[in-house]
Amino acid sequence: MELTVLLFLTSGLFLGWSLGANDAANVFGTAVGTRMVTFTTAAIVCSIFVILGAVISGSGAAHTLGTLGSVNALPGAFMAALAAGLTVYFMTKWGLPVSTSQAIVGAIIGWNLFSGSVTDTDALLKIVATWIACPILAGIIAVVLMKVVKAFFHVVRLHLLRLDAYTRMALIFAGAFGAYSLGANNIANVMGVFVDVSPFTNVHVGDLFTLSSVEQLFLLGGLAIAVGVFTYSRRVMMTVGAGLMPMSPVAAWVVVIAHSIVLFLFASEGLENLLARSGLPTIPLVPVSSSQAVVGAVIGLGMLRGGKDIDWRLVGNIGLGWVTTPVISALVCFVFLFFLQNVFDQRVYREVHYVLSQPVLDRLNEDGLVTGELAELEGEEFRSAKEFLQAFQRNTFLSQRVEKKALETAELRPVHIHPLRIDSLDDNWLTSDQLAAVRTLKGVRFDHLWQLGEALADVSEEWRFRENTKVNKLENKALARKLEYLSRHFADTGNADNGRRARRVNP
Amino acid sequence: MYFQKVTSLFGRTRALENQVDEFLDKVSEAGLVFSRAVRLYLEEGACAEFEAFLNQESTIEGREDTLRRSIETELYARTLIPDLRADVLRLLEDIDHLVNAYEGHLFRISIQQPDIPEEFHKGFRELTETVVTCVDSVVLAARAFFRDIESVRDHVSKTMFFESEADKISTKLQRAIFASNLPLEKKIHLRYFVERIDDVANHAEDVGDSLQIYTIKRRI
Repeated sequence: MELTVLLFLTSGLFLGWSLGANDAANVFGTAVGTRMVTFTTAAIVCSIFVILGAVISGSGAAHTLGTLGSVNALPGAFMAALAAGLTVYFMTKWGLPVSTSQAIVGAIIGWNLFSGSVTDTDALLKIVATWIACPILAGIIAVVLMKVVKAFFHVVRLHLLRLDAYTRMALIFAGAFGAYSLGANNIANVMGVFVDVSPFTNVHVGDLFTLSSVEQLFLLGGLAIAVGVFTYSRRVMMTVGAGLMPMSPVAAWVVVIAHSIVLFLFASEGLENLLARSGLPTIPLVPVSSSQAVVGAVIGLGMLRGGKDIDWRLVGNIGLGWVTTPVISALVCFVFLFFLQNVFDQRVYREVHYVLSQPVLDRLNEDGLVTGELAELEGEEFRSAKEFLQAFQRNTFLSQRVEKKALETAELRPVHIHPLRIDSLDDNWLTSDQLAAVRTLKGVRFDHLWQLGEALADVSEEWRFRENTKVNKLENKALARKLEYLSRHFADTGNADNGRRARRVNP
Repeated sequence: MYFQKVTSLFGRTRALENQVDEFLDKVSEAGLVFSRAVRLYLEEGACAEFEAFLNQESTIEGREDTLRRSIETELYARTLIPDLRADVLRLLEDIDHLVNAYEGHLFRISIQQPDIPEEFHKGFRELTETVVTCVDSVVLAARAFFRDIESVRDHVSKTMFFESEADKISTKLQRAIFASNLPLEKKIHLRYFVERIDDVANHAEDVGDSLQIYTIKRRI
């Protein structure tokens, strides 16, 4: 088993390597391209901070599997990571900065198609929207920032050499910070799916500190990213930093900062929560890609100078790369999954079953979804989301929102609160009240995730979802993550596929 | 250790800034020595004091060379101002040529000891003063290039004004020389010096022109 896990781990490492090769350019590309920081210095600083970010801050995300977590079988996750990694590798080989997260989403779409799962069309629309929105936002921010910086230097007249020294330091600091976030935010995608099967055990380094198995796994992922930075990131760095447009060192810094601001403003749930709590209007959260932000910022500055310096041909190629990345990734994943399943006889996905039992129908009714016509489907079990929706649609018209809700409610997620497994729950993450609530359900089985949620909410206030407002959004999301964690921790795999298990009765 | 490295980085930057400032100070100093030496030659010929000025000019020129080499090495060894260092290098070398020219002209005067009739003294004095003012303007422009980019243009336009003034004085002086009763060989000898001194202003104007281009590149 362990050997298989190690083999599967390699694709995660490969994805990490491609991520390093591609995404390091977002934080250090302009600094290296303008020759303010040597490639070696950039690679060393970037590697150190990527690893620190992955191990220190990334571990916080250990319970979330990252985007790849929606792939429910390890061989499938292996292939999705491999497909995404390969796509990013080839784009990097051509010197094109692409979005790694979109490559991953592309691979998941490939897996969805293969496994008969349903792809959230909202997510697809969002990806298409970011191709346009993200560079424009970054470009506007870069232009505004540049004007502010110019005005600042007009007042504070720095000596050319001192400006050079400050800019250099600022570039290194911004790069180090960016590398830290890169490690922290992406390690879940690289290593997240392997957390549950981590082959490592906790290591105690004297009395100084303990390196948990997850931290070791993330350290390995961080190292893979670092190797990617060292061995293959130079070309993309030169494209971003010098190929698109000749840039001054200060402009290089403006680009890095504009990219960070875009990521912070449009991707920070923390900021949204803070604004909502202070009663201020929130900024809509747009899924942004750091590669697209950097390219947008560079082009924005080029436009500020009249646009004559910009290599539009290269911009076109980059744009084409963005559009093709998820498509190629999906295709590669689909084809490879076919081989993995049929040639290597691996189970690349676990069937997710949907059932229209009485509790499900009741709940759908409670939520105001029309179920009258569905009564005839009662008790039927479907072997995939596609099959379920087809049956559903034959009987009633479904809007996107209803479709999503129906899928969530009918999904079979057998859970058994096994007494032996309660003790291995993460008591740092779950509060004592939450743990106590789980303990009261000792031995109980559930068919659906929402049933587990409801049972826990009955026992403890801390398991109750708050009203769906912007202020509560973050807390609700965290709670959903914890529920998801419980459902994986207590997954009742033994009876998962027979579909005739005793349905759970409320205690 | 990292903190030390950072502070030493800023320390070295400050030292380099001082070197650039000293380099430009020396150009102004060389101009003052040059104009005083020419004035003295016109009044007293190649006296001992004139030779002392010549030596002083040589010392300044030597120091200027040392500073220039040190700045250039530092810029390249530490890959400072990567986008502009080629421009800065050329700027420093061009300015160094101006000091070389001052020194070279004093040497030529000392060796050839041209006989300048009193009627042309005023013209020579005016020409020298204007040329030195022209060079001073371009030094100010160079200083502004490092510290205050917005005023480069003002100083360069002054440089251009003084260069055309120097041309006018030079033309007037040469006309007067060739209209005089001096023998032709003396006329040609005097013309040689007028042209050489005026050339310093022309060269300063060229430096000003280049500076304007560098300034466009420096705009962030």
